[in-house]
Amino acid sequence: MSETTTPSPALPDIEVSADRVASVDTEPKNTFELRDVNVFYGQMLAVKDVSMAIPHNQITAFIGPSGCGKSTLLRSLNRMNDLIPGARVEGDVLYHGMDMYGPKVDPVQVRTVIGMVFQKPNPFPKSIYDNVAFGPRLQGRKGNLDDVVEEALRGAALWDEVKDRLKDNAYGMSGGQQQRLCIARAIAVQPDVILMDEPCSALDPVSTGRIEDLMAELKKTYTIVIVTHNMQQAARVADRTAFFTVLANDETGSRTGVLVEYDLTSKIFSKPDDERTENYVSGRFG
Amino acid sequence: MADEPDYSSRVALPPRTRVAVGGARDVTEALFTSGDRKKKIQGTIFLGLLLFGLSIALIAIAAMIIWAFVAGGPRLNVNLLTNVPSIVTPENAGYRTAILGTLYVIGGVILLIVPLGVGAAVYLEQFANPANKFNRFVDLNIQNLAGVPSIVFGILGLAFIVRGPLSLGFVAAAGSLTLALLVLPTVILASREAIRAVPSSIRDGSLALGATVWQAVWRQVLPAALPGILTGVILAVSRAIGEAAPLLLVGAVTFVTFNPSFFEGGYSTLPTMIYSYAKRPQEELQVLAAAGVVVMLLLLIMINSVAIYLRNRFERTW
Repeated sequence: MSETTTPSPALPDIEVSADRVASVDTEPKNTFELRDVNVFYGQMLAVKDVSMAIPHNQITAFIGPSGCGKSTLLRSLNRMNDLIPGARVEGDVLYHGMDMYGPKVDPVQVRTVIGMVFQKPNPFPKSIYDNVAFGPRLQGRKGNLDDVVEEALRGAALWDEVKDRLKDNAYGMSGGQQQRLCIARAIAVQPDVILMDEPCSALDPVSTGRIEDLMAELKKTYTIVIVTHNMQQAARVADRTAFFTVLANDETGSRTGVLVEYDLTSKIFSKPDDERTENYVSGRFG
Repeated sequence: MADEPDYSSRVALPPRTRVAVGGARDVTEALFTSGDRKKKIQGTIFLGLLLFGLSIALIAIAAMIIWAFVAGGPRLNVNLLTNVPSIVTPENAGYRTAILGTLYVIGGVILLIVPLGVGAAVYLEQFANPANKFNRFVDLNIQNLAGVPSIVFGILGLAFIVRGPLSLGFVAAAGSLTLALLVLPTVILASREAIRAVPSSIRDGSLALGATVWQAVWRQVLPAALPGILTGVILAVSRAIGEAAPLLLVGAVTFVTFNPSFFEGGYSTLPTMIYSYAKRPQEELQVLAAAGVVVMLLLLIMINSVAIYLRNRFERTW
């Protein structure tokens, strides 16, 4: 999809396409490496001591009960937490070996390389075309963006459904189409990673199935990290799965998310090492 | 009294409050459920009272409009719009200078309040940290300012704009600035409400595509909030058009028979002109004042129509 490297003074030495080619037949490289990551909201510790490596061109799923900090952790991977007053991240979040919270890193630049799809489809109240073209235009691209828009919509398996009504308002689409439009919008800026925060929780089973098929297609080009409440979904789409749980402190009333187990999806769902994981995936808890 | 509702489960309220709270809840419930007969009757009575109150307001407005048309009827012609004011020949006098004065003053108000009001609202909603003491202080004071009587703004305008630091003199610009200060809190509060009504997912969505906060606000949040902001501006400007009290203090009482200019010479506006005709004894001037009311209503409707047209053009649904 992209022959260009990512030209970014803030994120040096990321040759996206080279990595993608290399990862096809060699041992997968890691896109993210988290070392002892703590995420705070003000005084509250929301996620504690997470260490994990997220491999390239694979789908990694975060599962766990509500309030276990999986969305919080996901949002710290593209610095969306920066926008919440009082939120801060401790520990190392390495992106291709580079400290993502380093002093010279521009969070805006981070978000162009690491895209995000949200829980509820959130198209802009504009035409389908303008939704997809918004990202490229932000990057200063002017003139005719027809090719970019078509490529992104094809990439999100939406082109055939909307090619005759690109000028229509995005709010006229179904929920599933809107969510695929949001995926198209994210891939139009040619990111390296797509983070998905429960992307199917507002969708019906048919739309969900289409997005899952799409994810399998997208992982050839992108690294995908998905938060999901739906264990079957994690089992179906993810290569690796991380199970989080929540530790409640009854005295202070605080709730802190911790990573319990992180492994290949097949192992998490068949013979997990930790009893809590087994209870959760077998439906006895959560 | 067996079916007396049980309020004992509530926190101990003073009896008066308890009755009011219970009554309010019963009436509301009665309107939505087919409860027992007693509550139904109570609900109907209450609804009747509400409609009665509403009709008093409507009758008052209708009476004023009808009075203005009947009393001003003899003078409703083109001369009324094009001729200059006069108390010597009231049968030919018009409102040209006052209409122009109003348009100048209101034009100035719009130019001032839109950037200032929307800017302040954007800052407070999208950039300011609500936990910051300074921001909370600003927030509180904007709400207080919205409740300050308009005459107080007139005194402020006289002391600081006409005289004092700005020393503009009794000119239309001084009237504009004074009225702008008066309606600015309204515009800020309405714009904030409109901005807050844009789902935060729109802002997050743009940020996740690599927009800066400023780009997200300018390209997505503000366009989406525009209809609401325009509504706030319409309401604020409508209030400004009808204001006479603060303008009396900043020079709009001058009896001008020439076209006003923005920074020089005296000016008057429709409300103050109507006031200066109405307080005089001659019968013809009373007629002229009533006709002036009709002119003002038409001007108000015209300006509001433009604003509503603009609002509907930008309107969208979520």
